[in-house]
Amino acid sequence: MRTWVARQAWLIDFTVGSLARRKTKNLGLWLVYATLVFVLASVALYTQALRLEAAAVLAHSPEVIVQRLVAGRHDLIPPGYLERMGRIRGVQKREGRLWGYYYDPVLKANYTFMVPPDAGVARGTLVVGPALERERGLARENGISFRAYSGRLFSFTVADVLPAATELMSADLVLMHEEDFRAFFEYPAGHFTDIALSVANPREVRTVAAKVAAALPDSRPILREEVLRTYASILDWREGLVLAVLSGALLAFAILAWEKASGLSAEERREIGILKAVGWETGDVILMKFWEGALISGSAFLAGYLAAYLHVFRFGATLFEPVLKGWSVLYPRFELVPAIDGLQVATLFLLTVFPYTAAVLVPIWRAAVTDPDSVMRQ
Amino acid sequence: MIELSGIRKVFNQSRHNEYRALDGIDLFLAGRQITALSGPSGSGKTTLLTLIGCLARPTAGRVRLRGEDISGLPERFLTEIRRRTFGFVFQQFNLVRGLSAVDNVMLPAYPLGPTHRELRDRAEALLARLHLADRRDARVEWLSGGEQQRVAIARALINDPEIVIADEPTANLDTALAKAFMGILEELHAEGRTVILTSHDPLVTGSVAVHRVVALRDGRIVPP
Ligand SMILES: Nc1ncnc2c1ncn2[C@@H]1O[C@H](COP(=O)(O)OP(=O)(O)OP(=O)(O)O)[C@@H](O)[C@H]1O
Ligand SMILES: [Mg+2]
Repeated sequence: MRTWVARQAWLIDFTVGSLARRKTKNLGLWLVYATLVFVLASVALYTQALRLEAAAVLAHSPEVIVQRLVAGRHDLIPPGYLERMGRIRGVQKREGRLWGYYYDPVLKANYTFMVPPDAGVARGTLVVGPALERERGLARENGISFRAYSGRLFSFTVADVLPAATELMSADLVLMHEEDFRAFFEYPAGHFTDIALSVANPREVRTVAAKVAAALPDSRPILREEVLRTYASILDWREGLVLAVLSGALLAFAILAWEKASGLSAEERREIGILKAVGWETGDVILMKFWEGALISGSAFLAGYLAAYLHVFRFGATLFEPVLKGWSVLYPRFELVPAIDGLQVATLFLLTVFPYTAAVLVPIWRAAVTDPDSVMRQ
Repeated sequence: MIELSGIRKVFNQSRHNEYRALDGIDLFLAGRQITALSGPSGSGKTTLLTLIGCLARPTAGRVRLRGEDISGLPERFLTEIRRRTFGFVFQQFNLVRGLSAVDNVMLPAYPLGPTHRELRDRAEALLARLHLADRRDARVEWLSGGEQQRVAIARALINDPEIVIADEPTANLDTALAKAFMGILEELHAEGRTVILTSHDPLVTGSVAVHRVVALRDGRIVPP
């Protein structure tokens, strides 16, 4: 046992030495390799985190949203509509919501104006999302004016800024008082944008939706779980898109690394011959080269993954941001909650380290099983 | 010590370029002697040496080491025997470039897993004995031909082999260095080691240090 350990130590010692002796080749390989892992891991970590973020944000949104359709298009909820729905078993709370989009010509961006359910915003004031705070340089107590679609100018003071924690969904949000909202958009009294229903038991959600549809034939219930699934598939699609765009470059990289790794220089062949002739077994040579491959790919994997982690969670994935995110013009800037998925790491590891090690070992194995007498003829 | 009987070595067997390098060699090599294999180029000296040193296996015939038939052993056992019994000095020295002298000397011992201290001490003692103490940390490609050969000899001795094998050891040396090499061989003999070498250098084959000369021609043993 002690001998076995000592032997591994000698082999690793020798391996590190021979890595250093072929510095340029190995450093190049290492860089290509780490870049490969970096790109793949960045995309994977980022979409994974976005998925979690979307789920976390939607966790606070109502289970069912009821819209009214007129001629197949979303229309306002008229007065008395809520009452017509009647009491539905399983619905804990129902309320009409007020929200709308506003195009700001200054930023050339759309905001979402919204009346919070708990009437927490005083008349004449606004609570704005972090993107707005950033892009328009707003702070608490600042005044801001918006020209309504009617042409009238409305002035508000900023009462507060929303926390950055949920920025993905609230970046472009502007919260205001109900009467301000109705005046600004000239919303008829008693009308709402849609209806939110809270359903405590997730198994009742579909029954509730069916009952709503039966009671109000011109309505369309939207389930939270469906929205969630839509988000997830959009993210999957974007992830696929990025990978497709990058696949050419990644493949070129991979081939380069493969070729570099699997090509055995004359010098390396000579060395293997010498080692075998002086008494190394085929297994010793292969083990030594295995350590070489493991050291390069293992450390490059670690470095690439770590860089991807920092890139995504510290620097907001600056490189892929424009493609992977952006359902509003004002880009949310948020600290993603760091999340590492074990399965994801394992998959990435298997897809990168494993083929590399194989690429290194095959030619070595072929060189290592040749008869050692060839050294005599050099 | 080593007994060869009916040895044949055929390269590229049953192909159009089939070549019989050795054809019916019967030879007994006594232990604790210096034996030289001589003969013209292409006569099969190196080939015979690879069979004796377990670097290759004969096409036909038997190789016995201390009475034990080793010609049929699988490669793993041959490697084991090679490592414990033989030390090799190659014609081109075959040192690993980029490594220091002492690292080269230690190479054959790695698979045996000695402790760091012990192996390092042994390697340094050997280098000192071959007057290379001050060159031990120099990279081998910076050494002169004679120094490289002495590093190769130290490497051959690191596992304390009973038999030292050398292929054309003086081919790359001038007369003075060749004589120094013969001196080292005599020391090895005095320690009780068996030495088998090939050479067509009269300085070697005619040396008083060499106990026996075996002449080869066209893959057969001929009278000298
Ligand atoms: N792997 C091989 N494949 C084919 N032929 C070989 C091989 N190895 C050696 N030979 C041939 O076997 C013959 C004997 O070779 P060997 O190297 O034993 O000669 P040698 O006596 O050592 O010659 P030299 O004095 O030039 O070193 C040569 O003709 C050589 O071409
Ligand atoms: Mg020869």
